[in-house]
Amino acid sequence: MTLSTTSSPVNYGAVPDETGRFGPYGGKYVPETLMPALEELEEAYLNARVDQAFMQELANLQHTYVGRPTPLTYARRLSEELGGAQIYLKREDLAHSGAHKINNALGQALLMKRKMGKSRIVAETGAGQHGVATATAAALLGIECIVYMGTVDMERQKPNVFRMQLLGAEVRSVDSGSQTLKDAINEAIRDWVTNVETTHYLLGSALGPHPYPAMVRDFQSIIGREAHSQMQDPAEGGPGRLPDVIVACVGGGSNAIGIFHPFLEEENVRLIGVEAGGHGIEDGAHAARFADPERGRLGVLQGTKSYVLQDSDGQIALTHSISAGLDYASVGPEHAWLRDVGRSEYTYCTDTQTLAGFKALCELEGIIPALESAHAVGYVLELAPQMPKDQVILINLSGRGDKDLGTVMQTIGGVR
Amino acid sequence: MNGVDRIDQVFQDLKKRGGAAFMPYHAMGYPTRQESLEVVAALAKAGADIIEFGIPHSDPLADGPTIQTATFSALVGGTTVADCLQMSRELRDRGVETPFCAMSYYNPILAYGEERFVEAAADAGMDGLIVPDLPPGESELLEPACRAAGLATVYMLAPTSTEERIKSVARHATGFIYLVSVTGITGARDELPPGLPAFVERVRRHTDLPLAVGFGISTGKQAARVADIAQGVIVGSALVKAAGSEEGLDAVRSLAERLATGSHRTQGESD
Repeated sequence: MTLSTTSSPVNYGAVPDETGRFGPYGGKYVPETLMPALEELEEAYLNARVDQAFMQELANLQHTYVGRPTPLTYARRLSEELGGAQIYLKREDLAHSGAHKINNALGQALLMKRKMGKSRIVAETGAGQHGVATATAAALLGIECIVYMGTVDMERQKPNVFRMQLLGAEVRSVDSGSQTLKDAINEAIRDWVTNVETTHYLLGSALGPHPYPAMVRDFQSIIGREAHSQMQDPAEGGPGRLPDVIVACVGGGSNAIGIFHPFLEEENVRLIGVEAGGHGIEDGAHAARFADPERGRLGVLQGTKSYVLQDSDGQIALTHSISAGLDYASVGPEHAWLRDVGRSEYTYCTDTQTLAGFKALCELEGIIPALESAHAVGYVLELAPQMPKDQVILINLSGRGDKDLGTVMQTIGGVR
Repeated sequence: MNGVDRIDQVFQDLKKRGGAAFMPYHAMGYPTRQESLEVVAALAKAGADIIEFGIPHSDPLADGPTIQTATFSALVGGTTVADCLQMSRELRDRGVETPFCAMSYYNPILAYGEERFVEAAADAGMDGLIVPDLPPGESELLEPACRAAGLATVYMLAPTSTEERIKSVARHATGFIYLVSVTGITGARDELPPGLPAFVERVRRHTDLPLAVGFGISTGKQAARVADIAQGVIVGSALVKAAGSEEGLDAVRSLAERLATGSHRTQGESD
């Protein structure tokens, strides 16, 4: 019961405050040109949230188009193999377009269409999953869509580039900086600044200036709400109880906050976020903001204050991860706050452990996970054996791995 | 006199003399440390009234390709925040008296320590501070620190700014207000936006502070047109590009002279 905070309960519903802050984190650190757009977005979102017709239309699309609710799967062979806690998977990999990203993309695209009078969407993408989700939502709703993607990421996620193009989106390569997610976000913001009167920036993670972290969290919380009821319902494949631990990978942290948020008040459920450990913390080539005491410090990147990997001069550090979707120097501000108040914990999984998780899920469960999600699995390979058999772990399996086959083949040299 | 006073003095003098302030930007450390010092000295000599002292950041999200490339190259060359302040000190020691506004993004300042940065900047001879990703409302630490050190807190307004935000910036700004001429990022453009005079007028209704216009200005003729409607003409990318060209310092000098002449021309002389 160490996580119990009965003496001074934390009000999880009170963040962000009206200035967009989660304790010391969050805020709106953007050029003035964008401030009115953020105010307009916040107003549109607050309006949509209480608009029955809007929420109903979104719920219908989530059901009839995305295929929600996504199933809960008991990972029987993986649990047996590890010999400890029973492992369940929330199957966001089965959501249309292959990852949880569609929950937010569809929400924001519909918001723009119904409430904002804009006609064009720009988005960034790292692994390509958010870009594919955005291109999908844009095609569905008939919206012009531009996706910015780092040149390095385009190379390692080729199938997703082609997917986005097939869906009618224009993919623009970004050659600046490290040519990965961070640089794609810079370029998407520059486009947004330039075309703000006609364009909505469809940010893909629980990052960026207010109201994005809260809005993305809310659109993603459908994952946790479904899991909360499925876990308690044997008819839905659940163990008939809440999990003891929930594990999710954390890049910006949208799938993690989506599954954590509806469980925040369940103080007996441990929430564990898994960052990208890359080649290891000592090596320096990683994206584990909370795990690197030297370079992971309070900072501001791309509109929000949070933990940021940086050098002593405040220049943003280059990151590394085998998964493009976790390869980012900052983390969603709500995660930083939840960690401060002791509600969630963060650990990391190296590229090597991740590949072990990837292979285990392929071979034991017949599921090819995204390399991002394989970080959560990789950590559970260590965690589950330490837990008794009557305890339960829920993994948010945030996406499927078809896009990663090239990377995995290169790394492990094909199938033995 | 503190920094705010020195900047105020520039605009007071211009009121008598007519014309607008010529306010060039340079990315410190570009093309090299030594050359950037020479560029600033040359800008001062060519008639700059206030100089924006660019401290490079790895993620300049309000900047176009020219300044992105220059600041990236400065960082690769080893330019640090502390060294930029040292360069300011060296220029003061060389007798360059033009007011300097430090211009950087928020994270390098946060990493340096907000109060510590402001004290060090004032000590190094800086007169004001411009942070494009720090609108009023997010600067609750930096602003009082600037007040205490006598540094001007320059905020930006854009064509998209609402009346509410214009009022808020007018309340918080000292020295001058930086009007972003276009909805967009930095970079030379061929034409001034047609809505510029109306935008300047809209801001003018809420403040007596000098208004300086930047983003997209690259020629003496454009500078003269801006000088007709505002009190300051800010030029960045065009000069940075000149500094990086083959002619280097000569190109900076000749462009700066044309821009200074355009800026300083009195009302009506431009066409």
